[in-house]
Amino acid sequence: MLLIRCPYCEEERPELEFRNAGEAHIVRSPNIAGESDDDFEKFFFIRSNPKGIIYERWRHMHGCARFFNAVRDTVSDRFLMTYKAGEPKPTKLPGAAK
Amino acid sequence: MKKYSVFAIAREAMRGHRGWEEQWSSPEPKKEYDVIIVGAGGHGLATAYYLATVHGITNVAVLEKGWLGGGNTGRNTTIIRSNYLYDESAGIYDHALKLWDGLSQELNYNVMYSPRGVMMLAHNIHDIQVLKRHVHANRLNGIDNEWLTPEQAKEFCPPLNISRDARYPVMGAALQRRGGTARHDAVAWGYARGASARGVHIIQNCEVTGVKRAPNGAVTGVETTRGFIGARKVGVVAAGHSSVIMNMAGVRMPLESYPLQALVSEPVKPVVPCVVMSNTVHAYISQSDKGELVIGAGTDQYVSYSQTGGLHILQHTLDAICEMFPIFTRMKMLRSWGGIVDVTPDRSPILAKTPVPGLYVNCGWGTGGFKATPGSGHVFAHTIARDEPHPINAPFTIERFRTGRLIDEAAAAAVAH
Repeated sequence: MLLIRCPYCEEERPELEFRNAGEAHIVRSPNIAGESDDDFEKFFFIRSNPKGIIYERWRHMHGCARFFNAVRDTVSDRFLMTYKAGEPKPTKLPGAAK
Repeated sequence: MKKYSVFAIAREAMRGHRGWEEQWSSPEPKKEYDVIIVGAGGHGLATAYYLATVHGITNVAVLEKGWLGGGNTGRNTTIIRSNYLYDESAGIYDHALKLWDGLSQELNYNVMYSPRGVMMLAHNIHDIQVLKRHVHANRLNGIDNEWLTPEQAKEFCPPLNISRDARYPVMGAALQRRGGTARHDAVAWGYARGASARGVHIIQNCEVTGVKRAPNGAVTGVETTRGFIGARKVGVVAAGHSSVIMNMAGVRMPLESYPLQALVSEPVKPVVPCVVMSNTVHAYISQSDKGELVIGAGTDQYVSYSQTGGLHILQHTLDAICEMFPIFTRMKMLRSWGGIVDVTPDRSPILAKTPVPGLYVNCGWGTGGFKATPGSGHVFAHTIARDEPHPINAPFTIERFRTGRLIDEAAAAAVAH
């Protein structure tokens, strides 16, 4: 089971308190009905599914119930960092291979 | 290829079993092939086998980064059934089921296909409605599926608890009698032996690190840990790693990869005569010919390539097993493991040409690809050889996520595939 640090509660809690909410930093178009089929497919279905560093959303369901983002290595499942929703995608990652 | 038979066993018994030959050869890779298959699991090897036997294309290499059949082919719970809801799914899964029947004879290799029946339990009114809808839809498609009362279910699988006091009482079941199990390793080995005997090169410990394309976009070959290997046609059959390989060719996929776990118990005498599945409490169980209970769990909730998953997932499944079969509460579990499954948004596979000329993909089988192995290989070989899909796999395109013509087994089959 993963141990996940909620950036709002500021503590590590077991995975059972959280729900994964998919890839992070996918922006919904303000004019979703006007999107082309290609752009809608990219937004709705296509995912990066990386072997390595993933940026993903989690929700602290059985805690503060808030969404936040995390950076995790999908090979080791180790979290590099978590950060609050709305904060920009981090460019420098702690402990990441250069 | 020397034929296996009772006479071969008798002959070898007389001379100390020194005459058995290698089941497949391990040649050095050539500079170029007509077709390269990426991934030597059941689906990839079946594709190579049918390319050779049905289409006469034998200048084929199957590249495998690890060992043959060591991915999801060797990690699944070996369940075979075809009782899917939609016509497209019924078409491809029943195509596979028809090939399972007789596969041992075709391959001259005992894949231990055992049509012992797959029973899916209903625990509430919604389950009853969904499963009965499946029964009717299946029968319209010519697929056997029948409704059982709790008493009939108990008669078919005696250790099942049908007490009304159970936390998840059994209110009925759908039974596909042609469903069952097969020996997963033997499927990979049998297809490998058959393909190798017809000239297909199976190259293990050879990881694909890049896909080369010509200026016009067409595939020209793959970079590997053993150097560049040329081919004008490349079929990607890499399960959880399919999107990684497709990214090398510049194609982004509607896939996410999750860990899926399974476990086996200590071996005991025959006690579970069929396969029992429950989507609602999420557990499935059968008994191997060695006597182990083979139990499948659910996926973890996050993308991972770790080939391991959380212990709480297994615990959740065992909770359900112990409810359904109180007789097993004191059984000891011996081993558990994880595989990485590639899941599409509509939980149906992609078997298709891609936007890249010469590149074909067979992926997205999610949590239930083993059952489709022969049918998948058969129609994928057709797709590669003719450069157009077989009518059976024509609906399983990548483009369906743009056009919206989904095959939504996600809603139809809940979780367990």
